[in-house]
Amino acid sequence: MSSNEMTGMTTSSGEALQENRVPIWRLRKAAANYIALIPYLAFALFPFYIIAITSIKSKQEINNLGESPFWASGIAVENYTFLYTNTSFFEHWMVNTLIVTTVSTIISVTVGILAAYALARLKFRGVEMFGVAVFITYLVPQTLLFLPLVDVINLIDDFIPIRDTYWSLILTYPTFLIPFVTWLLMGYFRTIPVEVEECAYLDGCSRLGALFKVVLPMAIPGIICAILFSYTLSWNEFLYSLVFIQDEYAKTLSVGVFTELIRGDIYFWGSLMAACLLGTLPIVILYGFLMDYYTSGLTQGAIK
Amino acid sequence: MASIKLTNLWKHYGDVQAVRGINLDIGHNEFVALVGPSGCGKTTTLRMIAGLEDITGGEIEIGENVVNEVPPKDRDIAMVFQNYALYPHMSVYQNMSFGLKIRKTPKEEIDKRVQMAAEILNISELLERRPAQLSGGQRQRVAMGRAIVRDPVVFLFDEPLSNLDAKLRVQMRTEIKKIHQRVQTTVVYVTHDQVEAMTLADRIVVMNEGVIEQVGTPNEMYSSPKTHFVASFIGSPSMNFMNCQLAKTAGGLAVRLSDDLSLPVPEDRTARYAPYADKEMTFGIRPEHVTEKRPHANGAQQDIDANVNVLEPMGVDTMVFFNLGPTEICARAEPTSVSEVGETMGFTVSMDKMHLIDPSTGAVV
Repeated sequence: MSSNEMTGMTTSSGEALQENRVPIWRLRKAAANYIALIPYLAFALFPFYIIAITSIKSKQEINNLGESPFWASGIAVENYTFLYTNTSFFEHWMVNTLIVTTVSTIISVTVGILAAYALARLKFRGVEMFGVAVFITYLVPQTLLFLPLVDVINLIDDFIPIRDTYWSLILTYPTFLIPFVTWLLMGYFRTIPVEVEECAYLDGCSRLGALFKVVLPMAIPGIICAILFSYTLSWNEFLYSLVFIQDEYAKTLSVGVFTELIRGDIYFWGSLMAACLLGTLPIVILYGFLMDYYTSGLTQGAIK
Repeated sequence: MASIKLTNLWKHYGDVQAVRGINLDIGHNEFVALVGPSGCGKTTTLRMIAGLEDITGGEIEIGENVVNEVPPKDRDIAMVFQNYALYPHMSVYQNMSFGLKIRKTPKEEIDKRVQMAAEILNISELLERRPAQLSGGQRQRVAMGRAIVRDPVVFLFDEPLSNLDAKLRVQMRTEIKKIHQRVQTTVVYVTHDQVEAMTLADRIVVMNEGVIEQVGTPNEMYSSPKTHFVASFIGSPSMNFMNCQLAKTAGGLAVRLSDDLSLPVPEDRTARYAPYADKEMTFGIRPEHVTEKRPHANGAQQDIDANVNVLEPMGVDTMVFFNLGPTEICARAEPTSVSEVGETMGFTVSMDKMHLIDPSTGAVV
């Protein structure tokens, strides 16, 4: 923090010397920076733009090939009302997705924290092998993993009816989320100075006490990162949801939108786009709230 | 307040033996410094006392209790780490009170102790700050404050001053000494800086390659080192060492440094050195015992002449490097009496301060 202040001070005094006039070279440099960003932004934001603009077009406007696909002549809400009245978008899909995503994120981050801490800190035989194994598990593609999982879900379904309910997803999402969260947090825990933890032991903490009172508060940026990524991964998950759930009311957003708004060769373009836009909103809001924590360095000042 | 007793303490890391069967008694309220080069096992020993490392063999007693199986949290020990290890998410006050809070000390008591420690360390105005907002010296004080408030039975310091700049290090060294005088507790202090060890400790433990070379008061370590290693480690600049032969002469014994240079051994040491006559030995003498030519204070002093190689003025003294036989040695001379580089200068060697080392065992005889 002090170094930032220092830089700030030198910059302002430097500018004061030049009578507050921004030199041309600095303007050029700034312009070059922004110009360099334009291609990136075009690729990153153009799809969102098309989604947004299409979602506020009327059906006639979308189907009129004479109209430009890049502009809208007015704002129509019919696509959004269609979602509300004719589909289970808000009533079921959104709610299901929220439940599945939240519960599986909580499970995965909790299990991941404990696993990552153990792999990063505890010394036991085969700890390194185990760490690599976690990573390899994450590398197994979902497109292969769903096959045995179908069997597992069917087996459980014989005792507890979970097929065609979001419980099948809550059970299966952690299979790819936990290895990911563990791998991510393992690296983060290793950056936390071990002396701080040892100091907590000497101050009277047990290992769990030190984990909760000292290590986790210092690992907040890493944990936030894990939450954000596992939330996004499960929010966007498609394959398991498609395989395990056929009941329209039990579907999640990604599959609901895909199966109910595309009927054979009929595409409900406007509503599809409206659904996509609304579907991304919760994630955007979540990022907005958590970004500040995510970027702040919390270990500063712990050690020399 | 408690004594510490290490009995035949061993630590292995796989095939590496970090600590090899050390025995040490540390008394109540004693300030003991473990000193030695990197990798000598001093920090490992400290960490075993703290309970942060498992013990491979042997026994550690704190007070009257064997603590081999006692976890760190129950040993009632406070430790100041080399890199401070402050809790970055807590204020200075919270950092200092954390240990007391865990032990469920009443709030008023915590407040009283923190305020008192803050006063001793001169950090009362920093209590609301976060570690990131503190300078290195202030962080060091907080780390010590955190240990003081706990009022532990043993204080452990792991090279606490090595991250500070030279001036601050000297200042903090004095403060640590003052604090120990005020807060009477048993202290084990690890450092690689022998000056720190000499100035702070009641007793010094010199370690090398996992074993204790010698234990003694700072003065004992300086004037009567027991091994070549201790003789070379304690003292700054370090002792001069030269290969020599212990020759028999008509009057007794002499240290033969080269064909044309022999220095007679003082009479009172003749009997002690007699068994080593005619053997190849190592002759040791501290720079401060080789001075510019002076009137002799006793019969053991000898004069020699040599060409000056290098001069290092230190202010109060000037270090003079010259060749004695084939070896270059260092003398400590009065700044006004030194010759120019390349010129001949007269020196007085106080042979009553000499050390003779048996190179086959490394022991000072």
